[in-house]
Amino acid sequence: MDSVTNRIHDFKSNASIIVKSFNSEYKKTPLRIKVIDAFIVYALLTAAIQFLYMLCVGTFPFNSFLSGFFCSLGFFVLSVSLRMQVDPSSTEFKGLLPERAYADFVFCGCLLFLVVWNFMG
Amino acid sequence: MAFSLRLFSVVKYESVIHEFDPYFNFRVTIYLTKQGFYNLWNWFDDRTWYPLGRVIGGTVYPGLIWTAGVMFKVLHAFNIPINVQEVCVFTAPLFSAFCSLAAYLLVKEIRGRGAGLTAAAFMAMVPSYISRSVAGSFDNEGVAIFALVFVFFLYVKALNTGSLAWSSAAALAYLYMVASWGGYSFIINLLPIHCLASIFTGRLTAKLYIAYAPLIILGTLEAASIPVVGFNAVLMSEHFGAFFAFGILHAALAIRYIKDILPVKAYNAAKTLVLTSGVVLMSGILLLVLFYVMSSPTFGWTGRSLSLLDPTYASKYIPIIASVSEHQPPAWPSYFTDLQAASILMPAGLIALFWPLTPASLFLILYACTAVYFSGVMVRLMLVLAPAACCLAGIALHEAIATLFKGVHAARDEQESKPLKEDVKAKKPSKPAKAGFWSILPGFSETGRPIPRDAAIVGLLGLAAVALFYTWHSIWVSAEMYSAPSIVMQTRGGDGSIHIFDDFREGYAWLRYNTPEDAIVASWWDYGYQTTAMANRTVLVDNNTWNNTHIATVGRAMASPEKQAWEIYRALDVTHVLVIFGGFIGYPSDDINKFLWMVRIGGGVFPDIKEKDFLGEGGYRVDTKAGKALLDCLMYKLSYYRYAEASLMTTGQLGFDRVRNVQIGKMDISLEYFEEVFTSEHWMVRIYKVLDRPARDGKLPNPRSSRGKIRRGSS
Repeated sequence: MDSVTNRIHDFKSNASIIVKSFNSEYKKTPLRIKVIDAFIVYALLTAAIQFLYMLCVGTFPFNSFLSGFFCSLGFFVLSVSLRMQVDPSSTEFKGLLPERAYADFVFCGCLLFLVVWNFMG
Repeated sequence: MAFSLRLFSVVKYESVIHEFDPYFNFRVTIYLTKQGFYNLWNWFDDRTWYPLGRVIGGTVYPGLIWTAGVMFKVLHAFNIPINVQEVCVFTAPLFSAFCSLAAYLLVKEIRGRGAGLTAAAFMAMVPSYISRSVAGSFDNEGVAIFALVFVFFLYVKALNTGSLAWSSAAALAYLYMVASWGGYSFIINLLPIHCLASIFTGRLTAKLYIAYAPLIILGTLEAASIPVVGFNAVLMSEHFGAFFAFGILHAALAIRYIKDILPVKAYNAAKTLVLTSGVVLMSGILLLVLFYVMSSPTFGWTGRSLSLLDPTYASKYIPIIASVSEHQPPAWPSYFTDLQAASILMPAGLIALFWPLTPASLFLILYACTAVYFSGVMVRLMLVLAPAACCLAGIALHEAIATLFKGVHAARDEQESKPLKEDVKAKKPSKPAKAGFWSILPGFSETGRPIPRDAAIVGLLGLAAVALFYTWHSIWVSAEMYSAPSIVMQTRGGDGSIHIFDDFREGYAWLRYNTPEDAIVASWWDYGYQTTAMANRTVLVDNNTWNNTHIATVGRAMASPEKQAWEIYRALDVTHVLVIFGGFIGYPSDDINKFLWMVRIGGGVFPDIKEKDFLGEGGYRVDTKAGKALLDCLMYKLSYYRYAEASLMTTGQLGFDRVRNVQIGKMDISLEYFEEVFTSEHWMVRIYKVLDRPARDGKLPNPRSSRGKIRRGSS
């Protein structure tokens, strides 16, 4: 019994540490990145909601479900990529202009919409 | 050069389309050019699979047909009046040239320009790929291999630059690949393997994510938009690997992100948190997937990919897949004929890739390893191996040349070997790599001490000889072995003269002009495409083997005694039966040799056909010791009907079969329910009419003379 409560206590304290330090660290990220982060979370949430809806209601227009789900997922992926590209703290993309990264993002987004629109049926 | 090497077939024969499948593609292309792109999706073909028909638009990989159609339209837009057939004949050589370019780009991206050049040279001449892309073989593989290499190039490019634009370009190329060939599942499985390997060897970068994740999302949606793939893109097990790696990639990235942002202590706690929750989530999803997969009998795999993973699977359960010769495991010599020098240089290239091991070279290593395995299972997949082997051989050759030249130059600094200018140029890039590569060989020290000059020159000459032999071999192979269209046969007589057998086209032309428009022709499925394309008649089964039962029915009819076969054919409204017979001229791939497969496939659905009834003493034979059922069956009768007398004239022996080199077991064959209406010049194509009611007097009046009259009258 004791060990279990101990563990839970441990876990709780750990979790609070994580949340706290995450909050404090996250405040340092620039605003632009925060906006992208918000969009990422939004896209992920949309995907999750669609998936839940599919579980509850059924897959019937499978085309529509797939295209909707993949659309949100696709935007999630694209914006994660964008975030990694424009993140000033990363060293991998030194030579890349943020403008170029945004242009690529828009292009890929258009392509994604085209494909989804084609598949929606 | 890649283009011109493949024109041997046009020079030697004429501009015809080869083999079986290309005839179908050709027919669909004609439809496309006449009816337009949109009608193709809705085309219901009633000329095949009688009485079922086939929805062409939903069951065909349209990439090749689009390509040819677009080329045709573009040429006509410039007012160049060209026939559809010419476009189709020259599509494959053109794309093999593109493929060399793609190989150059891929290897350049991995290893630098010199290696790219040698790889492209290998690619241009690799016999295995020539076999599928000679002029006239208008087959999916011709464009698909180009698409394959191009997807890999774009993926590696995205991996190196970390740019979303390249990644989406890779997704577009992937769309083209999916549209052209079922082999796209190779890509969708190879990429996750590479992704996982990168993660677990600690090479996770943001660039990997950018190259991989958008490709999976976009690629899956695109694949699902191609009707023949459809929902399989998310439902079949072949594709689950990609999603699995996708999930792992995200978990790994999340961990990395947290590591960057959190202090150490919190990181450790958070890592366990993410890992445990990730594992729980993944196992939940995995359970769901497993449940789904287990609920289907084949575990969600298609038969073809199952036979790849378990090489014995097809021969056990699906005789129809095993019956196609190109689905069988290759023999060792075929590696040598198909790859020649590349197969020797390949391991060296593989080792060279480890110095230095970048994510891109890791990709090529994985590609080569998996391709070697797959080609070991199926002859056809030798094609997938070919680009890998060429890239590796190109790298190996380049490294060797560069090292040897370094030896030459170090010994004497002036340039003696002017004639080999290209090689000198090729030497410049990737200098740090080669020292490491050669250091593994005994005798060359770690410091990259140059090789003695004499040895270097001998080595260079040796390499030049290898390259020359490779070229010579490839040209010989493409001229002699792979240019034969298998619809026009060519043999050399004892005096060196060349005989050309054009029996197939003779037979199909007879069908086209002498049978009613709605005639239904039964033949073994190999000849289905050709019959619909060249004779324009309805067939029962064709090379798109989607309905096993239907094929088994035809196999059963061929294996039954005459009366039963007649009943089966009447039930299917068949008016003509076509058999291919090679005993007269010694053409080995005729119906008698394929007959055991008919029995096996037929027996797979109808258990009353047993293979052992058809086997005589000591195996399959057609002489007097043949199995009793074989001597009675329809195929035997149709093949050898009236053959005994004919062979007396040519071979001097009654009923002597030149393919199997035996005297046939039954001479006086009479037909009650079928009537011979046509036999081609060399007896290769024999066509019989299915009679309405049995003929009363067993033997018919000599049909050969009456046939002569008909032909003279019609021509």
